[in-house]
Amino acid sequence: MSNERPDDELETLFDADIDREPTPRSQRLKRQFDLYVVAPARVAMTDWRAVVGTAIITIFFLMGTVGVWLVDRPTSGDAPVLEPPFQNPNYILGTDTFGQPIGAQLIHATPDMFRMVFAGAVVSVGFAALVGILSGFLRGSKIDTILMSITDIIITIPGLPLVIVLIAIFQPRDPYVIGVLLGLDNWPGLARTVRSQVLSIREESYVEASQIMGVSTGTILRRDVLAQLMPYITVNSALASRRIIFESVGLYFLGILPFTTFNWGVMMNIAYEGQALSRPDMYHFLAFPLLTIFLMSFGLVLFSQGMDSVFNVRLRARHSSTIDDDGGPEP
Amino acid sequence: MQGNYFAKRVGQALLTFFATVTLTFVLYQMMPGGPAQALRNQILAQQMGSSNTISPEQIEQLVENYTNLESDAPIYVQYFQYMSSVFLEFDLGESLYEDATVTSLLAERLPWSMLISVYAMVIGYTVSIVLGAVMAFKEKSRFDSVSSVVVIGLNSTPYYVAGILFIFFFSIRYQFFPTGGRVGLGIEEGFNLAFMQSIALHAALPILSMSVLGLGTALTMRGNSVRVLGEDYLRVAELRGLRNSRIATQYVGRNAILPMYTQFMIGIAGVLSSSVIVEEIFSYPGVGLLVYDAIQVRNYPVLMGSLIVFTLVTIVAILIADLTYGFIDPRISAGGNNE
Repeated sequence: MSNERPDDELETLFDADIDREPTPRSQRLKRQFDLYVVAPARVAMTDWRAVVGTAIITIFFLMGTVGVWLVDRPTSGDAPVLEPPFQNPNYILGTDTFGQPIGAQLIHATPDMFRMVFAGAVVSVGFAALVGILSGFLRGSKIDTILMSITDIIITIPGLPLVIVLIAIFQPRDPYVIGVLLGLDNWPGLARTVRSQVLSIREESYVEASQIMGVSTGTILRRDVLAQLMPYITVNSALASRRIIFESVGLYFLGILPFTTFNWGVMMNIAYEGQALSRPDMYHFLAFPLLTIFLMSFGLVLFSQGMDSVFNVRLRARHSSTIDDDGGPEP
Repeated sequence: MQGNYFAKRVGQALLTFFATVTLTFVLYQMMPGGPAQALRNQILAQQMGSSNTISPEQIEQLVENYTNLESDAPIYVQYFQYMSSVFLEFDLGESLYEDATVTSLLAERLPWSMLISVYAMVIGYTVSIVLGAVMAFKEKSRFDSVSSVVVIGLNSTPYYVAGILFIFFFSIRYQFFPTGGRVGLGIEEGFNLAFMQSIALHAALPILSMSVLGLGTALTMRGNSVRVLGEDYLRVAELRGLRNSRIATQYVGRNAILPMYTQFMIGIAGVLSSSVIVEEIFSYPGVGLLVYDAIQVRNYPVLMGSLIVFTLVTIVAILIADLTYGFIDPRISAGGNNE
């Protein structure tokens, strides 16, 4: 994609000067779509990790949207208590000590999980990108020094204890707030890496060319730097999501976060407190939430690794054959 | 240049610690209704059972003892007092529930947590560095692909899930290890074999489950080694007829491990933080369990004190790592600018 940028800049320059007809919006959107969605998807199909990861995430997504709508919200006494799994087709995964089907609970826990992950990933990755890009681009300036000192300070403060203290004081119940809190300790490491990426992109000749041509810093940041960073940011969003799932489920499991709705961690807590480890009739109550968390983070890790190889491979230009005016050789 | 770097790092560490203590002060102030009100509620809740009543002046006095905050003074005075008591007197306040200072509670528990976290770090990182290197040497073999999947799988297992499974298989099913505590009952304390054995047995499972945290490093190590293996200087080394062991350790190993340094730094903080969850699962009485118990009863002074001490330990660990790193990689101490 790097070879397209200088042309684009020239094009805009000429647009301004000669008042030429600009590329139609639909055409531009189609190109963007090809570049960012179709081409990576084609490459991704060849990487088993990306395929499996995407499949797992899609299944969870369906659970959280269609599943919630298809399966009734469980209430206590719906079914016999501690029904073993794979016996009754009505509750395939068995039931818990309150007679609630476990499968339905797992499904109804998904939407809140997604809310948490969404808020956390947006906060951590957004913050990291903002700080990293800004300080990388203003390298050596006062702002850079200040931002990096703050980043170094927050890297050092142990995140989980801080989050725990915040939770203990404020007792958040809203999944978005929990996500934001968990995302807060996540950004500094990423910000540092983004900064070093920006530093190396800055040295690229096309960015220098844009600067000489007098393109504003904002435009350069948006069109050149951010575009190059997108793959990196995608991969890290997946990893940040995994971390937020780990931590939130862990904190629910310990009973540190106040129990509000269904949650995999809450289920684990109830099962664990009920001595599920030494009661064979309760094994499934503990095992299925464990398996669910494992699967979800397995999917996210696979996805991030698959995407990493997709973005790193320089094959993308070859695959984006639908773009007719992007046929130039790779530099 | 060396001295400059040293001064910069130490200064940064001090600044970080200062920022953390300020942060705990801000957190106290942010508590619903302010620290006095929040603690008053706690003290009243605690007094509910007993018949003796408590006057507002006594509460004021207690709040000041517990938190080092004089709640009716202006904020900047409070801030100054709080900072000076933490920095000059090493006084983190008093526990609301036990008759003990936060500092003594933490000092008693900290060595036990350090024992687990240090071993967990060492085991996790050693295993993953060796594994990653072997995977890289056998790139594209069956061993490589199988262990990649295994590592990704382990990496997707939260350490507390690993802990639960360990307890289930090793403590409940087969009873190799005890389910909780840090030493067996009725064992004489001191420098004797039974005591040592008991400590090791009790610490084994928490250490194992925490070392799962570091395993993701194996893939990073694999990637780094694969990249180093393709470098020209390695071919030169081979052509010079250097021994394989020397190539493996000094050429490949060293250059592959160096980029993992930052990850290792952040790992220190991560392992220590995770002790809250791991120690609760194994009911291992370290700092983590202290924090957990403090949350259950809203023992704010203990919570805030632990946050400060956790940060202090992390800062010191990172500082040591940072300063010794200069000896391993001359580029860092020369430039002092590790981008």
